[in-house]
Amino acid sequence: MTEIDVRLERVSKFFGDVPAVDDLSLDIAEGEFFSLLGPSGCGKTTTLRMIGGFEDPSLGTVYLGGRDVTDLPPYRRDVNTVFQSYALFPHLDVFENVAFGLRRKKVGGKDIGQRVRDAMSLVDLEGFEKRKPTQMSGGQQQRVALARALVNRPKVLLLDEPLGALDLKLRKQMQLELKRIQEEVGITFIYVTHDQEEAMTMSDRLAVMRHGQIEQIGAPELVYESPATEFVAGFLGASNLLDGELVRNQSDVATVRLSTGQDIHFPASKVPSDIDTLVKVGVRPEKISIEADEGEPPAGANWVSGLLRIATYIGVSHQYKVEGPGGTELTVYVQNLGAEEAPAPGRKVRLTWRPEHTFIVKPSAALSPEEEEE
Amino acid sequence: MEQHVPADLHGVEPPRRHRRLGRSASPYLLGAPAIVWLAVFFVIPLVTMLSLSIQTCDSITLACKLTWHFAEFPNIIGRYNDTFVRSLVYAGAATVAALVVAFPVTYWIAFRAKRKNFFLLMLLVPFFVSFVIRTTAWYTLLADQGTILSTLKNLHLVPESFHVLATPLAVIGGLAYNYLPFTALPLYVALERIDRRVMEASHDLYATRRVAFTHVVLPLAVPGIFAAFLLTFVPAAGDYVNAAILGGTNTVMIGQVIQNKFLEAADYPAASALSTVLLVLMLVGIAAYAKFLGSRTIEEYV
Repeated sequence: MTEIDVRLERVSKFFGDVPAVDDLSLDIAEGEFFSLLGPSGCGKTTTLRMIGGFEDPSLGTVYLGGRDVTDLPPYRRDVNTVFQSYALFPHLDVFENVAFGLRRKKVGGKDIGQRVRDAMSLVDLEGFEKRKPTQMSGGQQQRVALARALVNRPKVLLLDEPLGALDLKLRKQMQLELKRIQEEVGITFIYVTHDQEEAMTMSDRLAVMRHGQIEQIGAPELVYESPATEFVAGFLGASNLLDGELVRNQSDVATVRLSTGQDIHFPASKVPSDIDTLVKVGVRPEKISIEADEGEPPAGANWVSGLLRIATYIGVSHQYKVEGPGGTELTVYVQNLGAEEAPAPGRKVRLTWRPEHTFIVKPSAALSPEEEEE
Repeated sequence: MEQHVPADLHGVEPPRRHRRLGRSASPYLLGAPAIVWLAVFFVIPLVTMLSLSIQTCDSITLACKLTWHFAEFPNIIGRYNDTFVRSLVYAGAATVAALVVAFPVTYWIAFRAKRKNFFLLMLLVPFFVSFVIRTTAWYTLLADQGTILSTLKNLHLVPESFHVLATPLAVIGGLAYNYLPFTALPLYVALERIDRRVMEASHDLYATRRVAFTHVVLPLAVPGIFAAFLLTFVPAAGDYVNAAILGGTNTVMIGQVIQNKFLEAADYPAASALSTVLLVLMLVGIAAYAKFLGSRTIEEYV
């Protein structure tokens, strides 16, 4: 990675006695698409607002491009924001909305015209300059908000759930568009979202937050394939977790003994250094194959037996809910290849997966109801 | 909801459904109280007033007859020309004063105050007292031997001959004070409606507090300022209480003349003609004002 663009050093923010952000440190590299991901109330928006200058950190320091900006107001920071509600100026037309920042910076009239046109074409809105924001659809307003921020060529662009108000189809389209724009302009994007799919689609790296702290930080593949905690495993897509005890942790194979006495093996490199003996082992639903519980289990693979409860056909795949060891509900996705007959509910099945697809996590405190909502 | 039936389904027109009478009549039924109210208390008095202004009355029996006597208009315009101008100037000055006083207060309540409703109530509480009593209270306060002036005179801060009552200042001050709620409430509504996130966006786009105020708050408050101006200026221009209680012989406003003609001199045609002229002046003024501000903007916000 290149230069560090944004650095948060042991930053905390208290609202009254409640910490919204709790001793958080973070480095974001120049040109990176970085996402802050987490349930509502995890502190992701507060973190973003501290980078933008809309909240003062109670403790800690914020650096932008190596410079301490902790005490600078928003209008002195080389950062622009795309707000969740777009926050366009209702009394100005689209051109003046986009030109607002340039006019404050006293850019010359000719340059303003050119730069606004460039920004409008970047977001595919040529010809809308004379419209008022109220005469535009949500998706168009979103693009204006993006153009209004990008036209200033900030060092960092902050995006606070900018796609939250759009419908699913438009959201998917805008995700790809945002990624394209980010690659085109090459500036650092910091993106706040509670939608794990959105974060994974666009980010170079992402941080999963909970209770004002970062649970895990890394590339989407890493965080998805090797979640560090039970919370991360559960937040990033469906996961199957089984209680067990870490029994052997030597050579290159580690073993967890499930409550049923069965052993699950996986590469020792996947065991986090700071883990206790009481752990959870997990595997993603799409990594599992499901078959009738007959004959010898395949050698070298991990497997558990269970009772197939629900089989759902959803077109591209079949989804199965299986009652596994100790009554744990396990989810299995099988791509609909049309080759085999789908197993019927009520049958005994065996779930098999490869050791390297297994991950091991620390148990987390249960989700609060607010967190479950998302 | 009407169901959408594709026409000509089998080459046969489907039977047309008839709306029930009650449904088509309901807007009129709902509007009826307001229509009756306006007819009785607005249209009829207005027509009566317009018609009276061109009638001739017997000075003893007070019996009036429609004589299409338009001469009353040039007559009163010539006679009360100064009074009309004075009324408009006083009302304009009072409105500007009320705006200057109300804007910072309502801005503070809308943007900064924690207990908005409490402070708004505090602003309005004095106006729960009767209009005339409030004005009389000002008379007492501003009297030549009142607490304020006598203290100032004892301290030799103002000359012995100094007085406030019976001056234009007293009348304008009284008007500005008495119509303050009509200024403050529309302003407050406009300021309160400004999205705080839009303010944040302006700071994000390098606007300092002052630029955010002049380029975002003020333009967004324009409809409120417009409404406040209208609601204050119009009644202030026709007011007769403030000038009667706080003013003197040099501060006579048109409202006083109308009141005098109507209730004391019983010169109904002259009173009606004066009222008509005032009405026309107001309408022309508002039309020019709307034209200047652009009626589109007004429609959008009001």
